[in-house]
Amino acid sequence: MRGIAFVWQFAEVILAIVLAPLFVGWIAQCRAWMQNRSAPPLTQQYRMLRKLFNKDAALAENASRLFRMAPYVLFGTMVLAAAIIPSVVTDLPFARAADAIALIGLFATARVFQALAAMDIGTAFGTLGARREMMVGFLAEPAILMVFFNAFLLFGSTALTGLVDNYATHPSLIDPSVVFAAIAFVMVLLAENARIPIDNPATHLELTMIHEAMVLEYSARHLALIEWASSLKLFNYACIGIALFIPWGIAIHGAAVGAVLIALITLILKLAVCGAALALIESVSAKLRIFRAPEFMAMAFLIAVLGLLVHLLLGANTGA
Amino acid sequence: MIAQFWCNFLSTVFSHPLDSTLLVVACWPLIALACLLRPHSIRYVARFLFPVGALVCVAMFLLAGTFLISGHSRQVMILPLGLPDLPFHVRLDALSAFFLLILGLAGAGISTFSAGYFRSGEGTAPGLLGLHYHVFLASMAVVMLADDAYLFMVAWETMALTSYFLVTSQHRIPEIRRAGFLYLLMAHLGAVCILLSFGAMQGGSWQFTFDAMRSASLAPFWATVAFTLALLGFGAKAGLVPLHVWLPEAHPAAPSPVSAMMSGLMLKTAIYGMLRITFDLLHVQFWQWGVAVFALGLFSALFGAIFAGVQTDMKRLLAYSSIENVGLIFTGIGLSILFAASNLRLFAALALAASLIHALNHSLFKSMLFLATGSVLHATRQRSLGKLGGLIRSMPWVAALALIATLAIAGLPPLNGFVSEWLLLQSFLYTPQLPHAFINMLIPIGAASLALTFALAAYVMVKFYGMIFLGQPRETSLAQAHDANWLERIGLAWLAAGCIAIGVQPQLALHAAGKSTGMLVGQTIAPDPSVWRIAPIAPEQASYSGWIFLAVILCTVAVTFLAVRLLAHGRIRRTAPWDCGYPWQTSRMQDTAEGFGQPIRHMFGAFFRMERELPAPTDLTPRYRVHIEDRFWRALYQPIAVAVQRLADALSFLQGGRLAIYLLFSFLTLLGLLVFVL
Amino acid sequence: MLRSHLDVELLKLLAAGMLLISFSMLATRRTQQLITLFAWQGTILFLSTTLVAHEARLTELYFSAGLTLILKVITLPLILHTLIKRLGAQWDNERLVNIPVTMLVGLVLVIFAFGLAQPISLLATTVTRHTIGIALAVILLSFLMMITRRKAVTQVIGFLAMENGLFLAATSATYGMPMVIELGIALDLLVAVFILGIFIFQIREQFDSLDLHHLESLREE
Repeated sequence: MRGIAFVWQFAEVILAIVLAPLFVGWIAQCRAWMQNRSAPPLTQQYRMLRKLFNKDAALAENASRLFRMAPYVLFGTMVLAAAIIPSVVTDLPFARAADAIALIGLFATARVFQALAAMDIGTAFGTLGARREMMVGFLAEPAILMVFFNAFLLFGSTALTGLVDNYATHPSLIDPSVVFAAIAFVMVLLAENARIPIDNPATHLELTMIHEAMVLEYSARHLALIEWASSLKLFNYACIGIALFIPWGIAIHGAAVGAVLIALITLILKLAVCGAALALIESVSAKLRIFRAPEFMAMAFLIAVLGLLVHLLLGANTGA
Repeated sequence: MIAQFWCNFLSTVFSHPLDSTLLVVACWPLIALACLLRPHSIRYVARFLFPVGALVCVAMFLLAGTFLISGHSRQVMILPLGLPDLPFHVRLDALSAFFLLILGLAGAGISTFSAGYFRSGEGTAPGLLGLHYHVFLASMAVVMLADDAYLFMVAWETMALTSYFLVTSQHRIPEIRRAGFLYLLMAHLGAVCILLSFGAMQGGSWQFTFDAMRSASLAPFWATVAFTLALLGFGAKAGLVPLHVWLPEAHPAAPSPVSAMMSGLMLKTAIYGMLRITFDLLHVQFWQWGVAVFALGLFSALFGAIFAGVQTDMKRLLAYSSIENVGLIFTGIGLSILFAASNLRLFAALALAASLIHALNHSLFKSMLFLATGSVLHATRQRSLGKLGGLIRSMPWVAALALIATLAIAGLPPLNGFVSEWLLLQSFLYTPQLPHAFINMLIPIGAASLALTFALAAYVMVKFYGMIFLGQPRETSLAQAHDANWLERIGLAWLAAGCIAIGVQPQLALHAAGKSTGMLVGQTIAPDPSVWRIAPIAPEQASYSGWIFLAVILCTVAVTFLAVRLLAHGRIRRTAPWDCGYPWQTSRMQDTAEGFGQPIRHMFGAFFRMERELPAPTDLTPRYRVHIEDRFWRALYQPIAVAVQRLADALSFLQGGRLAIYLLFSFLTLLGLLVFVL
Repeated sequence: MLRSHLDVELLKLLAAGMLLISFSMLATRRTQQLITLFAWQGTILFLSTTLVAHEARLTELYFSAGLTLILKVITLPLILHTLIKRLGAQWDNERLVNIPVTMLVGLVLVIFAFGLAQPISLLATTVTRHTIGIALAVILLSFLMMITRRKAVTQVIGFLAMENGLFLAATSATYGMPMVIELGIALDLLVAVFILGIFIFQIREQFDSLDLHHLESLREE
């Protein structure tokens, strides 16, 4: 393990932390363009974070230690996820800590802590948000697992760095199982990150929110950490999607500094395109009724399974 | 001098593992007899004898652990007890040692907790409670050591009987008596099936030792009959659907430490029995067996998770969660049988190791959860989730330890539940390599059901923890709740330490499980040379490191905390909850237990039999009532009960009441026997 | 005998697209969307047949493709659109079984079809033999759609989708059917749609609704 790998590892984590709010701001900008209105500047998220950090934290009287620690734990889990996902380089020492399935478990930890913290104060909204978030969670897990299963069958590994190394060396974009897995992954991304059509990130209507309902009681630095963690989660999901489906340009094992710089620029370009695509999907879809969300997730699961079956049927008999 | 003595003593003990184990097992009946000396004194029984029992459990754990790690081969012995031509055979091998390890580890924590928990006898004299408890422990250990059918059945029946007495401790309450009766009935039905299975396995030699059964070569038909009977018998004891109906009744009826023992340890003896018969005695012959076990396990897992989500009684919720976990273990066993019968030994070992480690993990975190409910019950006298809440403030120790158990059972890294779930999902990744046509396409989809079950389990546990410990108290009497005493805390902390240790450093558990799989499928799990992570198949394919998870998260939390304090500030103002500006908030505005389970009820409605009473717009006092029932009662058990009743009624003419008829029966039997013998 | 690896990959992708569309047809709630999906199915069929014609250098397949384009992509969807506009049945599409259960049953059918098709695809000698399983799955899924829906118009579309699946099976197994048979089937389809259209109008006149459970009241008591 080279020493410089640790440098790349830290750099990647810092990059993720710094870029995540910018990514969210970019998506908001694209949405505004498509909806023919003007958006706040790209740095608005940073300004909001700074404002929140400077405020006094107004805590409910019956808030427990769990409530106060949860934002830190959330942020910690998302930072660990950023350390595991290969976005710029694949030679990451911490990536050996977890493969894709452990990554799903890590996101589940974040979700459970958020739900528990939401239930802590004991208001109707907190428990409502907790219940809905756990519901979306248990519907999304089979779908994302099937996506990774697909990836394993195609590339022989569930360790993300191994996947990317294999795929970057022999790409096959139009393999139907890859296409299906990509569609399913995008659907799961929308569900897990509280985007339309599952949840509206800009809503403040009580009966329609999931994510907002959970963080209703938080303020100041706690809220800032939670918002940062959410944008980091979206960034991480986008990086997983890029690593699984369009990894060309990434600096594979043993690359020089020049390759890393090229990988960085490619990453920023890819993120810009992905952000625009996300904004497009959000602009043309309507938010679903909460109990239509299972159908949406069932569709995602099904598409992933179809990809798997198609691979078993067609891919196994290649070489005509 | 003393050090020398201890060194000699320990080396003798560890070089004769079977003898030492038998001695340790014999301690428990002695403690049980000692309980009878002063049966009404709680201080003597609970504060003195139970801790001694806990120390014996620790000794058992250490013995079993060293046996597994040191790599002794199996040891057999014949005891001078038993029938004239079938003395007791005992055997200690890797499989027995693994389950004895589980028994010792979890038993120590539960016994310590019970020492602090039993304050007033629970409806029976404390001495009797102690007697049944320790004989229960001893009988479970003997089940795992038995090497012939007779000793196995004797120990099995003792286990059932003592646990029945433990379940019906508060026998003056009719529901508890009913639950106990149902439990005893199902236990005996299972025992009959197991007995018949042993009968089928002896293969004509009429020798009932396990060695004879191992070397008997059975026709496929008889092997399948033996396997099916074993599945029915051990499935009934483990709580596999559809033989699970006694679990949600018996576990809530028993006192909490007894529920912990039953869920944590007794269900594992059934798993042990299944493994012993399928892999060791019947040599895993047909892949179809694997499909049956897999399907039943997967269905039980899903069923348990869904039903747990709609429960309102905290102990019933945990009972259904036990059904779910047993289903998961059986799924892994089924997968292992499939792989082994198709000669893919490495993957069979992986699946089997996943099941074994899950059995170990389940005994730890499920016991912790049941014990925590015991503390809550003692402190609040409430069992219904709709009357609890906010206990994290008045019971901080129990809340903190229960949080560890909740996170573990939800399968979250870096705790132990995640390790077994990860291993199980890893073994699914290799199922497309199975050679059978439709199976290799259907089973990967089983992986998705498994993921659904894991996520549902997380949902259920969030409900459990949130309803009991978080939020606002739903009853005013909850403000007087007191925390657990120091013995209870030690018991819970011991189990929690086990959870954290296995989660962060799973190599030891994997190594121990690997020894057992080596014995059962002929392939051990090669230990990864790195001490930081586990990579059961190959490091390039998948690896997991609990240390890095824990270390990075803790470091990031610490760094973030310090950074925020330094760069911003740490000021807090305490106010009333925001709640979107609603001025009046009561504790009744939180979710009830039914409310939190509403998404599951809505989506999986077909699984339940629901009776709902909805309020009409014109009601003066609107009420909403929902009652959820298991379909299996109406569909399966009641028709059987009705049929049995009819049969009994039809045969009731035999009990005419006339003495002459009864004497005639005896006379006819005597004639028959004379003819038969002569 | 591949011309190029790219063509085979494209054919696989198109076949997978057919499967995805069949599932979407199972899941969609609006009749108008159903017709659009049917038109897309026809387009994929057209593209796939053209590719196979290009691969195997069979000119009569180009005619087949042309026929598919005219009939299934343009004419039939147009007829169906006018039909539902006149009936006013663009939106609502009730079902007998809810969506997740239908999808699960569909998934099992797909597995069944794939399992059955594997030995057949080993025997065939065409470039597209691996897609026989997908064609069979499309047929079964369309049948499922016909069973689980209530409105009469979806039965018609299900019937047409089934024929699409048959066509795909024919192209992949034996490079298409003899021209005579194809023209005959095309004519049959057109006639069937006209007759079914008239039938649907009659149903509506009789019962004032397109819900098929009204037909049950016609049985003898």
